[in-house]
Amino acid sequence: MTIYPAGDRALSADFGNQIDEKTNDQVMTLAAALADGKLPGIRELIPSYRALLVEYDPAVYTYEVLADRIRKINTEINAADSGAGADNQRHPRRIHLIPCCYGGEYGEDLTGLAELTGLSEQEIIRIHSGRDYKIYMLGFLPGFPYLGGMDSRIAAPRLDSPRVSIPAGSVGIGGSQTGIYPVASPGGWRLIGRTPVPLYDPDRNPPVLCRAGEYIRFVPIQPEEYGTIRSDVSNGVWQPQTVTENDA
Amino acid sequence: MEIVIDNPGAWTTVQDSGRFGCQQYGIRTSGVMDQDAYQAVNSILGNDPGASVLEMTLTGLRCHFEGNGIIALTGADMDALLDGEPVERYQAVPVRNGQELRLSLAEDGCRAYLGVAGGIDVPLVLGSRSTDVKSRLGGFQGRTLQAGDRLATGRQLLRENSSPETGREHEESRAPRHRHIPHYGHAASVHVVEGPQADWFGEEARSRFFASTYSVAPASDRMGIRLTGTPVESLHGVDIVSDGIAEGSVQIPKNGMPIIMMADHQTTGGYAKIGTVCSFDLPKLAQVKPGDQVSFRRVSVEEAQRMLLDPAERERSAPLGFHLRVSGTLTAGRRHRSRGWQVDVRLRRGWRRK
Repeated sequence: MTIYPAGDRALSADFGNQIDEKTNDQVMTLAAALADGKLPGIRELIPSYRALLVEYDPAVYTYEVLADRIRKINTEINAADSGAGADNQRHPRRIHLIPCCYGGEYGEDLTGLAELTGLSEQEIIRIHSGRDYKIYMLGFLPGFPYLGGMDSRIAAPRLDSPRVSIPAGSVGIGGSQTGIYPVASPGGWRLIGRTPVPLYDPDRNPPVLCRAGEYIRFVPIQPEEYGTIRSDVSNGVWQPQTVTENDA
Repeated sequence: MEIVIDNPGAWTTVQDSGRFGCQQYGIRTSGVMDQDAYQAVNSILGNDPGASVLEMTLTGLRCHFEGNGIIALTGADMDALLDGEPVERYQAVPVRNGQELRLSLAEDGCRAYLGVAGGIDVPLVLGSRSTDVKSRLGGFQGRTLQAGDRLATGRQLLRENSSPETGREHEESRAPRHRHIPHYGHAASVHVVEGPQADWFGEEARSRFFASTYSVAPASDRMGIRLTGTPVESLHGVDIVSDGIAEGSVQIPKNGMPIIMMADHQTTGGYAKIGTVCSFDLPKLAQVKPGDQVSFRRVSVEEAQRMLLDPAERERSAPLGFHLRVSGTLTAGRRHRSRGWQVDVRLRRGWRRK
């Protein structure tokens, strides 16, 4: 880990310039250690793929003092990890079950993606919903999850010309990434389905359903179920579905 | 009192100090661009320091008041008229039912603030009244103001034992002669701490960046001040794996033209950031207009934090030429000019201490 200044009120704890689960785990573990409140004067923690941006009050710490504290905390985390034996350590995973209605009017580009990849629509759905995706970070839009680990068989380039408006809840594929649009937005990803579940609600605290470091599992549903969940959401009776599993 | 918008101006929104604690969820902070002018307007009105105000950009609004109240204007000079009479800036002004306030083009600076005793009454969303237009969040219906909008005012707390500096009733607390009314001019020199991705650029490219003067591009907005001038060359591309963005970050996209991330910047991004403008200099950037000049001064993080915590340190570091230009427009002749500069420093310090 290297620490760089990001102006007079922020610093970046940087774990390299790569996208992988191990790097992101280090970011999230450090973020959790700093979020537990032992360090006063920390204003915001913004974890991303490979770095943690820490906004702090320079009246409480100068850059060097805070950077030293963070280096020390990170060393302690590493020591605790290697003490426990990194290989057989079990991290519990919090997995959000995200119902997704694939294809048809819910995912207009599924047919095109089938042609592009040479797979059937059913195979694409099976592959897309067949694994858990880690949320590496939230950004771009409120609650937009950057997901890692999509199967390369269903990867496809973005659309040549982006859509002017994509409905909230749309599930798409852009390059080797998959993601969900939490709010209506322009965008160039290929839309394969839509979830009736709100990922973002400014009247809720926290305003987002999923947080960085957690996982998403897509659960295929039929249009009838989409409608049922949708009306549960608008009647305020819908409850988020999550499971906690240990790493294999 | 209600403010009824007759003409909103180019880009007018409700803002406060910003929406904090939600950047980890991808929610930008928004908030006023010029924290100095914002603090001044609330202090003049005796408002809570976090009270919400109207921020106007390049062209001011036209509105009328229903009910009586007290307003103040800070930031850019937009030739404000109240029922046709010029309005003193940086001073509390009583307004009566039916009076019309009319602002025009920004004569000096880019963003003006209209504060009102008790603040602009819009709902708190995630702890802030700031408008995030991109996410349609907060402020007045999550958007810029339109003709016909009616804004309630006056329900936010006033600071204890404070009252607006109306001058008449509170002769002693009236402090406009100590208050520094900024003159913005057409050039801003801002301090920059290198990083977090300064090592993506060679020492030569960095030196050139700090030696260059850039022009403000017309596409600049609350998200970013876009600059044109000498392109900044990177060593091996500018595409980083996305990370968090601090306000003031100087992003270098593929074409090498710097973009300074301002109040409405996205929370994460994938361009290398050569440096970060110091927080105390961001108000200067809030007031630059398309065509104005921006230059950067390299400063260590230690120096930057000393300057942040001690404004006197900042005055010592301010480039002489900038001050001469600032007061040079007010006075003529070499001797007057240098006297003007000294007076300016004294006033600034007095204001900061208040």
